[in-house]
Amino acid sequence: MNKVVASADVAVADIAAGSTIMLGGFGLCGIPENLIAALVKRRITGLHTISNNMGVDGFGMGLMLEAGMIASHIGSYVGENRKLEKMVISGELNLTLVPQGTLAERIRAGGAGIPAFYTPTGLGTMVAEGKETRKIGERTYVLETALHADVALVKAWKGDRLGNLVYRRTARNFNPAMATAAKMTIAEVEELVEPGELDPDQIVTPGIYVKRLVVGERYVKPVESKFIKAQQAGGAA
Amino acid sequence: MNAKELIARRIAREVKDGFYVNLGIGLPTMIASYLPAGVDVVFQSENGMLGVGPPPDEAHTDPDLVNAGKQPVTELPGCSYFGSDESFAMIRGGHMDMSVLGAMQVDELGNLANWMIPGKMVKGMGGAMDLVAGARRVIVAMEHQTKEGESKILKQCTLPLTGMRVVHDIVTELGWISVTKDGLVLAEIAEGVDPADVQKKTEARLIISPQLRTMAVV
Repeated sequence: MNKVVASADVAVADIAAGSTIMLGGFGLCGIPENLIAALVKRRITGLHTISNNMGVDGFGMGLMLEAGMIASHIGSYVGENRKLEKMVISGELNLTLVPQGTLAERIRAGGAGIPAFYTPTGLGTMVAEGKETRKIGERTYVLETALHADVALVKAWKGDRLGNLVYRRTARNFNPAMATAAKMTIAEVEELVEPGELDPDQIVTPGIYVKRLVVGERYVKPVESKFIKAQQAGGAA
Repeated sequence: MNAKELIARRIAREVKDGFYVNLGIGLPTMIASYLPAGVDVVFQSENGMLGVGPPPDEAHTDPDLVNAGKQPVTELPGCSYFGSDESFAMIRGGHMDMSVLGAMQVDELGNLANWMIPGKMVKGMGGAMDLVAGARRVIVAMEHQTKEGESKILKQCTLPLTGMRVVHDIVTELGWISVTKDGLVLAEIAEGVDPADVQKKTEARLIISPQLRTMAVV
């Protein structure tokens, strides 16, 4: 079994316009930056994205946004995109905000065959409007449904040709849950290792979830708080 | 000492040895700097880490190691990493002893609004709704009034809520206010402040505790 493909371009070559795509990462930390770059080259449109954030102006998913590829987005925080604000107000992009924990659990549920679940999060707020609620014991809960995608683009630290993955520090975030919730999970890794090199006890994403794996050619890995500061300084000059 | 430092120093005294704590972005983050000696606390960051350490110097910045504010942090010995789903399972599951976060408005029922102003661009609630729904104790850390001098502690929140009946305590530069079934109780007052003056700056009705104490800070 060998899931390794030659390049990020090859890995994303057959993603169709209009697909629903999950993208791992928290801010710019742990995002599949090589797969995003390859997707941006293809300029496919009408994508429905699911990701905690949406990159920043000029990096990560911000590049997909600027290329006009995204029709709708589900996430928990999108504060770092100026372009997004214009698109939401003009109706070009349909934005759904979901509490971060609810987002994570909806993705986890999607991968785990759980169609819906009750959560205390958001009760009595806008996010519960129109949703079924139920009192269980002393508390009332909101029914939230699972999320699925056609494609998940995830970023890991190391992987082997069977698709087993390990992550590094806080770059893990949404990646392992998303890897389970799509029909086609494509992982990019910094380092490809031989099967058996990863300690089986330490594997976070077992290979069963991963269909394709690619070694990222180049990593910029900007620290988001610094990237934005530098941009603002550049813009002011 | 400015207002924010006073608030952070007071809440730091409330953090007990052995606590697992999540601090929100901004003012709440300052609390970590003022913990009393001998108080051993584990800080959680909702992007997937327990045992968050102080910011690194430039040379030790690791882009794979950031906090929920996307700022570089460091590891403390015994720290651990996990995915976002597990991070929020521990938050929602009631495992956090304390969550401290900022607010735009709080009201007499302990309702909290801190994520959206209608008509303005909505950035998103991030993890705030999960934190207030799940933490065992929710403390709001904020300046008492808006920059325009309006009360942020209201009879009833007017902004969209982050959580319903979720706040346990409110700490401002003027005092410590507890949310109780009888209403908001002014339990502590900052040094040199008159309780009548606190009420004047508060739209909600305050019950002055018979045991009103001076707010001590570390």
